[in-house]
Amino acid sequence: MNKPSPNSFRTQPDERGHFGDYGGRYVAETLMPLILDLEKEYRAAQADPAYKAEFDDLLEHYVGRPSPLYHAERLTEAVGGAQIWFKRDELNHTGAHKINNCIGQILLAIRMGKTRIIAETGAGQHGVATATVCARFGLPCVIYMGATDVARQQPNVFRMKLLGAEVVPVTSGGATLKDAMNEGLRDWVANVHDTFYIIGTAAGPHPYPEMVRDFQSVIGTEARAQMLDRTGRLPDLLVACIGGGSNALGLFHPFLDDADVKMLGVEAAGHGLDGDEHAASLTGGAPGVLHGNKTYLLQDEDGQITDGHSISAGLDYPGIGPEHAWLKESGRVDYTSVTDDEALEGFQLLCRTEGIIPALEPSHAIAAVAKVAKEMPDDAIILANLCGRGDKDIFTVAEALGVDI
Amino acid sequence: MTRISNAFSKPALVCFVTAGDGDTAANLDALIEGGADVIELGMPFTDPMADGPAIQEANLRALAKRTTTADIFALAAQFRLRHPDVPLILMGYANPMIRRGPEWFADECAKAGVDGVICVDIPPEEDQALGPALRAKGVAPIRLATPTTDAKRLPQVLEGSDGFVYYVSVAGITGKQQAATASIEDAVAKLKASTDLPIAVGFGVRTPEQASAIAKVADGVVVGSALVELVGKHGANAPSALKELTSALANAVHSAR
Ligand SMILES: Cc1ncc(COP(=O)(O)O)c(C=O)c1O
Repeated sequence: MNKPSPNSFRTQPDERGHFGDYGGRYVAETLMPLILDLEKEYRAAQADPAYKAEFDDLLEHYVGRPSPLYHAERLTEAVGGAQIWFKRDELNHTGAHKINNCIGQILLAIRMGKTRIIAETGAGQHGVATATVCARFGLPCVIYMGATDVARQQPNVFRMKLLGAEVVPVTSGGATLKDAMNEGLRDWVANVHDTFYIIGTAAGPHPYPEMVRDFQSVIGTEARAQMLDRTGRLPDLLVACIGGGSNALGLFHPFLDDADVKMLGVEAAGHGLDGDEHAASLTGGAPGVLHGNKTYLLQDEDGQITDGHSISAGLDYPGIGPEHAWLKESGRVDYTSVTDDEALEGFQLLCRTEGIIPALEPSHAIAAVAKVAKEMPDDAIILANLCGRGDKDIFTVAEALGVDI
Repeated sequence: MTRISNAFSKPALVCFVTAGDGDTAANLDALIEGGADVIELGMPFTDPMADGPAIQEANLRALAKRTTTADIFALAAQFRLRHPDVPLILMGYANPMIRRGPEWFADECAKAGVDGVICVDIPPEEDQALGPALRAKGVAPIRLATPTTDAKRLPQVLEGSDGFVYYVSVAGITGKQQAATASIEDAVAKLKASTDLPIAVGFGVRTPEQASAIAKVADGVVVGSALVELVGKHGANAPSALKELTSALANAVHSAR
């Protein structure tokens, strides 16, 4: 049977937080009343012009938005084929897109009268962004971070501490992002009365996937207007890397109903999809339930979650935001994956052609862009999200390239 | 399911251990010998979000020994043969339960003689993910009520619940915290006013004294982490320690009223 195609791809989720079969609220009963309350408060905030005005004001004057839209001419020339443009979210305060979401959530936390903030982090970018807004608003902050990630992202650990956050290394499980998220949820159930959990990607129980997407949609909304202004047309293809999927949704969502704009999400293929060492939940996983939502997960045949691997600590999450699961099945967005080695090449390519050191996460998007641009005509336009800068990654890259620094 | 209601005809001791941790069959037998009335068998999961360190570690130990879903159903089926009258409940997280489809899981439960299922992360809002399949096979979906479940929400939690209601006495994870007896008494009274199902109270119950106090006001007392810690400490030699603690708890529960 042919399902009628929806008139709009921008009306998800339904009132129960479902994106088709995905999403939802798979949480323990202790948390259920809380996330219902959070949803109610979020709806009230959405309807309040003062909330939106404060969000916009902070994005402009504190984060530094709008971020530029940049035509990467030398990269375009080096690759050959379609024009390559970047949305420069790496120029945001704190160096990644993560702060857009943190501003939205902390304003909500304050509205709700919460006095303590917790968050999980992988690469440390979301942790830094959370610690930053907590310092800005004077709220105590606890960041859960897998012990493995603490070791490989020392500069960000130190940044968080400078900003006044307490960083708690999580040793359970594989000691990476998913374990940090488990610990965040455990903290939250025990401290529901005063604590707000700022989730860092478009995943988790409803309303988080919707809320995080909404806050990050500033990326696509700006980019769409900027592109029309600069070129008089919309891009042919959008490209973004995917850990949990927030920067990708932020770019894609405002374009979803522009039927001629194609979209490509890029997951981390780690050492390759043929082995176990990757983090490509959509292209190499299966549907299941974790961290409050139903989505694609890396898991074994018994439903045990397997650890993701990527050279990029921000991408090795074994799940993906539920809206991506739905966008994949609806066919609206294509998904591919890029290996560690390809990402390292993308990283170096951008450094040398454009004088921009990207984070390893968007280096995956750059590698995918380099592959597809070649196949497209010169007058086509690709817009990729440069969602983070690479200062945090130089030690990892040096090690991968066999350089002592 | 009559096994469950029979067990709660007097104050019942409900004992939790994790499947695949230590010599599970021997552990279960020790719990029964000690006087446990209902068994909750934990299904290990890589990401036990609602559990404290003791049960997290038990999950990891079981998974390190490559405990599979098939192993758990084999343990359940053998338990049923050895103990035809003792209710057996599986407790765990959604993903391992629905991995092969809810119908598959419900079918295996029925075949193995499992009486009920507690799924920590399927609230009433997502009941369709597992509830209908369990009901179709006569397996009780046992729901959790918590201190955060308010009066407005309670009917929704009770609707479609079966077997007994598990009252989680503290807002938090499994482990060391204890709730005040007065607040438990109050909460149980509210639950009793809304349902005829037995009410079992758990989370943070470790000692015979606590168990006795709870058994005075509730139909059942659930003990988990304290038992699981014994398995962690004694490994394959846990049965005698389990039996000792269980009989102290059982005496306290059975003589409470
Ligand atoms: C720069 C950067 N990009 C991307 C990600 C992945 O997250 P998401 O897929 O939610 O954008 C991270 C996560 O830490 C990040 O730091």
